[in-house]
Amino acid sequence: MSQLAQPTLGRAPVALAPTQPLTLRINGENRTLNVAPWTTLLDALREYLDLTGTKKGCDHGQCGACTVLVNGKRINSCLSLAVMQESEDITTIEGIGTAEELHPLQQAFIDHDAFQCGYCTPGQICSAVALLKEGRGKTEAEVRDLMSGNLCRCGAYTNILSAVMEVVNAQKA
Amino acid sequence: MNSFTYSPPTAVDAAVRERINRPDSAYIGGGTNLIDLMKENVAHPTHLIGLKKLPLAEIENLPDGGLRLGAMATNADTAWHPEVEKRYPLLNQAILAGATPQLRNMATNGGNLMQRTRCYYFYDLATPCNKREPGTGCSAIGGYNRIHAILGASEQCIATHPSDMCVALAALEAVVRVSSPQGERSISFANFHRLPGDRPELDNTLRPGELITALDLPKKGFAKNFTYLKLRDRSSYAFAVVSVAAALELDGDIITDARLALGGVAHKPWRKAEAEQLLIGKPATLVTFRQAAAELLAGAEGHAHNAFKIELAKRAIVRALKQATEMDYVLDTNAFQNSNP
Repeated sequence: MSQLAQPTLGRAPVALAPTQPLTLRINGENRTLNVAPWTTLLDALREYLDLTGTKKGCDHGQCGACTVLVNGKRINSCLSLAVMQESEDITTIEGIGTAEELHPLQQAFIDHDAFQCGYCTPGQICSAVALLKEGRGKTEAEVRDLMSGNLCRCGAYTNILSAVMEVVNAQKA
Repeated sequence: MNSFTYSPPTAVDAAVRERINRPDSAYIGGGTNLIDLMKENVAHPTHLIGLKKLPLAEIENLPDGGLRLGAMATNADTAWHPEVEKRYPLLNQAILAGATPQLRNMATNGGNLMQRTRCYYFYDLATPCNKREPGTGCSAIGGYNRIHAILGASEQCIATHPSDMCVALAALEAVVRVSSPQGERSISFANFHRLPGDRPELDNTLRPGELITALDLPKKGFAKNFTYLKLRDRSSYAFAVVSVAAALELDGDIITDARLALGGVAHKPWRKAEAEQLLIGKPATLVTFRQAAAELLAGAEGHAHNAFKIELAKRAIVRALKQATEMDYVLDTNAFQNSNP
């Protein structure tokens, strides 16, 4: 008899929980949607609100591609439920800069070619926007540590660091 | 992830009543570990009790000179709280050594204590695991066990507790305050997490339904001579291979009080009174440090891929104690406290 445990499939609840109306404040706008409680903030943004700038990378809080700001603080939207973020002030990459007037970090990413495929970029920029606000990362070593929650599979770290440092240094000046 | 219902009660007594009435429910703080476990199908509660509306996010001074950390204060807000930075810099260092800014902004103090092991087999539903499915066996024993325990393990389980914050809380002798329908009680940090023994599915000594409401730090913060030394496979965003929380009080070069706790080596932060006694009253020298390190590692047993951690832990202890001795901490509010010296 094999000692291997059988994979346990999800236990079905007694009844499927109904979706509930939920209002999220996103990029300064109130948006009401019907989501099931197990909908992550990331899935709510992408699948229900068509805000696809926020990316799904690992979906386990390891890569940072899903980084958004909640009340100005960076979080992994894949590890939060939409229902947990009711009445909070959420900012996604769509709420940072405009096509006419880029955020200084967005301009710096272009100037420094701080990407290859670009998939991690919205998360990198949201994370760096929060880093500037936190005011803790001043040196390259500190910025590397404080940006370690955002992985770049292409390995564009050198240019990402240059881009972020340019804006950090401009703030210091 | 299975389907579930969600409710966010606004009072502690309502939350604990709901938890008792729904045995298949779970509390959710920041969700950084629980939601991941649910996505992996390791955890499958059918009802989540959201804690964020409870009034448990305060950090406040206690009349006895200690500091109360609300269970729902985030790890980031706790690490950067002025009182923590000034009076408990060891805790600041330990928190900042763990996870990422994003995760620390979500993860709560109570949740940090409640996070589960990162043992690969615990997460892998295709393999036996006594912690996940009691009685099925331990795949880490005889498997790949680099991140596993060298102290206090059992034949049932060699998982480690993954927290950095908890290692500092153990050294600082924090007290865990919990609520249940029977009222409130306090649990010393040493008695909060448990060793696996023959019940590896139990990580801690909480009774059914009990909710962590706060962590109380005693007045003594060892704010002058301390170190949190974390050794890991990359310089940021990795769990500890071995970590050391070292805290000393010195009178000249004589050690008058000492705390020493290890992370990454056991099912709970590892402390031993005998090791600390070997430091107290002695000169702060490498000889003294090596004696304490040997005592703290006494009885350590390695497996195929983690036996190196025994010697690594001893050397880490000596280095941490040396750093703590040479340190003379004064808070520089302009400097980022680098968590990885």
